Amino acid sequence: MIAFLLAQTIAITGGTVYPVSGPKVANATVLIRDGKIAAVGTGVAVPPDAARIDATGKWVTPGLIDGAGQMGLVEIGAVAGTREALLKGDTIAASFNVAEGINPASVVISVTRIEGVTTVLAVPAGNLVSGQAVLIDLAGNTIEEMLVKSPVGVVLNDSETGKDFAGGSRAALVERVRRVFRDALEYERRRAEFGRAQLRPLSASAADLEALLPVLHGQEPLIAYANRRSDIATALRLAREFKLKLVLAGAQEAWQIAGEIAGASVPALVEPLDNIPSYDALGVRYENAALLAKAGVKVALMETDTHNSRNLRQEAGNAVAYGMSWEQALRAVTLSPAEIFGVADRYGSLEAGKVANVVVWSGDPFEFTTGVEHVLIRGKEIPLKSRQTELLERYRKLPPNY
Amino acid sequence: MRHMWLLLLAVIMTSGCATGAARPAREGGPAPTPAQAPAPTKPAAGESSSVDRPQYGSTYQRHPNPPVLIRNATIMTATGQEIASGSILLKDGRIVAVGAKVDAPADAVVVDGTGKFVTPGLIDEHSHLGVYAAPGTDAESDGNEATNPVTAEVWAEHSFWPQDPQIPLAIAGGITTIQALPGSANLIGGRSAILKLIPARTVQEMKFPGARYGLKMACGENPKRVYGQKGGPSTRMGNMAGYRGAYIQAEAYRRKWDKWNKDHQGDAPDRNLRLESLAEVLRGDIYVQNHCYRADEMANMLDLGREFGFRIRSFHHAVEAYKIRDLLAAAGTGAAVWADWWGFKEEAMDGIKENAALLQQAGVRVNIHSDDPSGIQRLNQEAAKAMYAGVRAGIPVTRDQAIRWVTANPAWALGLDSLIGTLEPGKIADVVVWSGDPFSVYSRAIQVYNDGWLVYDRNDPAHQPRTDFQLGQTPAAGGRNDR
Repeated sequence: MIAFLLAQTIAITGGTVYPVSGPKVANATVLIRDGKIAAVGTGVAVPPDAARIDATGKWVTPGLIDGAGQMGLVEIGAVAGTREALLKGDTIAASFNVAEGINPASVVISVTRIEGVTTVLAVPAGNLVSGQAVLIDLAGNTIEEMLVKSPVGVVLNDSETGKDFAGGSRAALVERVRRVFRDALEYERRRAEFGRAQLRPLSASAADLEALLPVLHGQEPLIAYANRRSDIATALRLAREFKLKLVLAGAQEAWQIAGEIAGASVPALVEPLDNIPSYDALGVRYENAALLAKAGVKVALMETDTHNSRNLRQEAGNAVAYGMSWEQALRAVTLSPAEIFGVADRYGSLEAGKVANVVVWSGDPFEFTTGVEHVLIRGKEIPLKSRQTELLERYRKLPPNY
Repeated sequence: MRHMWLLLLAVIMTSGCATGAARPAREGGPAPTPAQAPAPTKPAAGESSSVDRPQYGSTYQRHPNPPVLIRNATIMTATGQEIASGSILLKDGRIVAVGAKVDAPADAVVVDGTGKFVTPGLIDEHSHLGVYAAPGTDAESDGNEATNPVTAEVWAEHSFWPQDPQIPLAIAGGITTIQALPGSANLIGGRSAILKLIPARTVQEMKFPGARYGLKMACGENPKRVYGQKGGPSTRMGNMAGYRGAYIQAEAYRRKWDKWNKDHQGDAPDRNLRLESLAEVLRGDIYVQNHCYRADEMANMLDLGREFGFRIRSFHHAVEAYKIRDLLAAAGTGAAVWADWWGFKEEAMDGIKENAALLQQAGVRVNIHSDDPSGIQRLNQEAAKAMYAGVRAGIPVTRDQAIRWVTANPAWALGLDSLIGTLEPGKIADVVVWSGDPFSVYSRAIQVYNDGWLVYDRNDPAHQPRTDFQLGQTPAAGGRNDR
């Protein structure tokens, strides 16, 4: 077993492979070498020293990517000492990068990855500008080992809760954001004067203004959590004014202006099972993901409950039940988030050269009958164990064996 | 989103979470009155005391509907049978016949069930619909009377808002009956409301005729967090002392009233609404529905029931129930659980997906509850997750058992199993037609019959109820056919 886990070359053979980047291939081989996918297809020669995973009758997909949550940033929701995603005392927290708050030893990680989610966005929370989100693989003993990309983008809280950090009005929220953006650009132009304290006071710290520059130069996306149609429109307006690369998140009423969003080439991270009306989005509905996809918006799906990020596949299945095609939904939990987060050169599909995050399923990954048979992250097979599987084994027979 | 709602509830103290109702000696309880005869909670005894007068009764009336024959469908009866190509006849609010071949009256509406599945209406033993209504403002936050650790005197029905826009969403998920509960801020949070999930102007029009009340009790973190800085309890031992103190008072109150009811000597004792609810638990007329996560605390609560002579009907949330499934089976106490919620607080850290399956295997009456306006819309999916998690771990669960987790078993937990929860002749016609296997992620409820009334039809906007709250919003949301 140990030798197997350490094998540098692994061949997953006989399964139906869903590369996502192309049509499914029956009875195909996925050859993995040194953590990368070496080849995918029906005519792949398997080297004699390769470890083999027999996937006959199974489905093989890329590892799922959850575009939401606080993986590694929260261990127990109600225990403040285990939460790292919120920076207190700085409402424009653009320089707050959550990476070094991530706990690679979190028990949530193994619970999640053994159900097929291999990569997640770890997202800062709260404030007006929440901070920088990072993308991590769910394997590794150190933050450095886990990080896929940092930062992925700067998170803006363009919502009912965000306005609380801008005086309590949506009008003030957007004006506050504009002022900060303009100050960041002025700061960039006049760094020297700022350093000599010859510049008027700016509306955020130098570090936060600095952190906004890649966003203002279109090098990193602004990830705007916005649900109400008018808030989404605000985000689109800001993106036009400052020529931003915008990513919408939440986007509960986005279906109402799907054409406009598609026309602006803005992608959206949505949670298909959101449909409880709030004053932040009275028009929230299950069909959102499907309607956006139909209008041509690039959609990635989220499961925002960190502890049940593993239910991303249930979110995807329900997106299909409410109008997405199955292929769109699979793409929306693999290649589309990889594209939106700027890592599609390495992640999101089963293609030669990409990082070998691969899942072997007993059937359709979105169905409840289906279980995970094998998970590989960066080309290494992950033992299908977690704190929860240990609890199950301890209590399979009563009294338990302590 | 769902998790954030939960956290909001749990952390801000408006928390949802299980109710507790005390369990009387009689198994199944007295058969509630049939649906057409709205009955008071207790029959009038001709006494002058307000205690015995009909009060706060149901005004539910069955909605007329022509007879309905659903034919050529897979019928999951929740009685051990799955009938392929079966038929079911609903007439005058009752199930008339179920089987491979059913004759229908000439005036019956015939529904072609080819490829479809039919189940009993789903029942959620733990809901906060109406008491924590959308859109989730403080003004609509009516679930926790967090002013005293023991508020057995409050009744969830008096908070319930029938215009909660979450109600039609749950109906569209196939729910026909709910237990709406007070939250879990208090040790004893108040009486639950057993409601038929139908559009209505008043809660009285929704009250399940003859259903007995539940009493919400809560263990663990929530009460001690809410009252830790407000005079206590601030510990789990304080929680236990709080329950015991309340029931000791209730015992004395019950003795006084039982004596006076028997001999009518002198003035009637003073009424005390708080103790009245607790005395009803002691008499076995109200079920204890007990929010409790940890195994050790559930064991303590079973002891509490023994001390005061009541049986806890059901532990709610019960994430560690699998650890003491032998104790629960021996006690005859049920368990209402989630498929996979865990980790949102310390007492939820040991949740495992095989919980329901292990409980089933041990003979505990399990049901899958929601405690959540989103989860209530797909109890079938949650049951599916819990079933297949068990099966994959080598714990046998049948499809019939799993459908009972959201039908017959919660019906039992509410004491209504003689009336609802299975598809059998004579039972109330609470029936769901699914587009496919209800355990598939791709299936949806396409028709929902409540007491024989077509309350929801996914393909007919005339049968897609909307609350007042939803009117006037443009464009209309809520899954209308504008795709």
